[in-house]
Amino acid sequence: MSDDPNQGIPLPEGETEIIETDYEIGQDNLEGAVGPFGFDIHNPVFLISGLSVVIFVFYALVLPEQASSFFGWLRPALTSTFDWFFLGSANIFVIFCLALIVLPLGKVRLGGKDATPDYTYTGWFAMLFAAGMGIGLMFFGVLEPVYYFGTPWGDAPLGAVRPFTEDGALIAENVAEAKRMALAATIYHWGLHPWAIYAVVALALALFTYNKGLPLTIRSAFYPILGERVWGWWGHVIDTIAVFATLFGLATSLGLGAQQANAGLEHVYGLPNNTTVQVVLISCITAIALVSVLRGLDGGVKVLSEINMVVAALLLFFVLFAAGVGGIIANFFGGLLGYGQEILALSNPIGREDTGYMQGWTAFYWAWWISWSPFVGMFIARVSRGRTVREFVICVLLIPSLVCVLWMAVFGGAAIEQVIADPAGSAVKAQVIDSYNPPISLFAMLEGLPLSAITSTIGIILVIVFFVTSSDSGSLVIDTITAGGKVDAPVPQRVFWCTFEGVVAIVLLIGGGLGALQAMVISTGLPFTIVLLLMCYAIYKGLTTEAR
Amino acid sequence: MYSRIIVPVDLAHVDKVERALTTAADLAAHYKVPVVYAAVTGGTPGPLAHTPAEFADKLAAFAAEQGASRGIETSSHAIVSHDPAVELDHALLKAVEETGADLVVMASHVPGLSEYMFPSHGGRMASHSKASVFVVREG
Repeated sequence: MSDDPNQGIPLPEGETEIIETDYEIGQDNLEGAVGPFGFDIHNPVFLISGLSVVIFVFYALVLPEQASSFFGWLRPALTSTFDWFFLGSANIFVIFCLALIVLPLGKVRLGGKDATPDYTYTGWFAMLFAAGMGIGLMFFGVLEPVYYFGTPWGDAPLGAVRPFTEDGALIAENVAEAKRMALAATIYHWGLHPWAIYAVVALALALFTYNKGLPLTIRSAFYPILGERVWGWWGHVIDTIAVFATLFGLATSLGLGAQQANAGLEHVYGLPNNTTVQVVLISCITAIALVSVLRGLDGGVKVLSEINMVVAALLLFFVLFAAGVGGIIANFFGGLLGYGQEILALSNPIGREDTGYMQGWTAFYWAWWISWSPFVGMFIARVSRGRTVREFVICVLLIPSLVCVLWMAVFGGAAIEQVIADPAGSAVKAQVIDSYNPPISLFAMLEGLPLSAITSTIGIILVIVFFVTSSDSGSLVIDTITAGGKVDAPVPQRVFWCTFEGVVAIVLLIGGGLGALQAMVISTGLPFTIVLLLMCYAIYKGLTTEAR
Repeated sequence: MYSRIIVPVDLAHVDKVERALTTAADLAAHYKVPVVYAAVTGGTPGPLAHTPAEFADKLAAFAAEQGASRGIETSSHAIVSHDPAVELDHALLKAVEETGADLVVMASHVPGLSEYMFPSHGGRMASHSKASVFVVREG
């Protein structure tokens, strides 16, 4: 609870600086009921975003070749043309966050001076991870470090040395350097930069919601810049793009994720790899997500996230011990040190020669994280009330980065060790470098360790549960935005978004177009980068008027 | 007979629960016991209030006004929930315990919540609360 104003101790500047606006939350909402289902939706954000999703799905289905060639061209064109912009902006976000930790502004508490945190550290961290990058860690944990280690396609980070000769034999003197660079380059993509992106969005939303009294929706962060205009079309556009990116981001990842899970199931259990299995997988994930949605934030997402965190930690410790603690600890510190040494070179936005890595990986990742940031940021904001800005930034930036370093050192490190130990016989090398089979990479690494049948099953379960938490928290976020920032809109609306997302994924899976629309979502990263830069300014302005 | 009556209210829809409010006030006058008005809010700004503190103030003002106009002893109890759309029943059950009320008087069907999947809030309260529950049909 916030401060009780009757305590009789007047605060110098009041507990928070509420922004005075004539806008009343929910004033543009349509309330009513369809049969027994009540609704309370923002007009026009709900309708426009819903309709535009349908239109784009239709476009991808009716003109699949045109859609795929257009978006297939657009995404790489944007990430190569604007590589400097993505890299430079991400650097700004990191510097901005680090500055907030040391500046006195960091003392401001989200939710007012006397607010207490809504969630304990465990529950909070679990939700940060599950929404933020759980699924990515499963997918890229083995793939990315091994790829950089042995890439024969000339996109090694900073033009690092190759550890293999043409015929696949190890070059002993290059191994250590290639491994160091592979870990450093991977950590760079999963460390400070992505979490700074999330932290900026989350902080902007939390500040303008909890301290300024504006609705919990993306447009609120633009109040210092746009003023009352945020309640009009400017705000509608910002919110609609956020909903659009979130829904398509979730639906396409769900579709592609089902294909990956299916590939894993085929590899481990010999299950057929076809559309039927994938549709069943999507339906199951959506069904579990629906149950979670109906159980609410505390009974659903939070519980699932905590289960996920425990299971992921068990898998991490298993790999840690099975692959040899000593070597992995060395990888952890080696990776961290390499990250520290190379971060400036890796994040340099101009005059780079390793464009394959910089445009194909870094700019792609930044666009991807940024296109996800409205969703993840809003979810983080929702669960972060009561933290001080400093605590918030440390916990959203530094601690998750360290956990990602550990994860990459364990999974990537173990996989690279396997490749080094037996280049010819290693399943990881066969699946990542000799032929490029990303979904199999994790399972290939687990095969090289004992008890692979059990750990692979745990891996598949983790992938599925991470998807459930994403789908669930995504529905929560989309529902809040399309209800004009109301968090108590009727639950059937969340059910609608959750189901809609599953349906879009299935339609795109059957009709084709997952890849095309995912490319489109990542393209939204470009406008959102500008949005995020403006948010930094808004946060600064907002914080300076708060009581510390 | 009873020591304290609790009346869950939705501050956005108090006009629609007039019968429940009157019933509670009559019972309070009859048994000479106080009435607690309870309401649930999320931590985020809503149509009624920007902060949970402001919400609590509004509820307190509502309780005071009810007390003055109906001539009974009243107080208020605001509950902050992370996810009010889903956790309403749970939060209200907790409020009954916290306030030590032994009679719940509530309107059935405050509009627009999840009664399609679950029993109505009144039904939930009646089956889970240790207190007696008087569900008042509105209109």
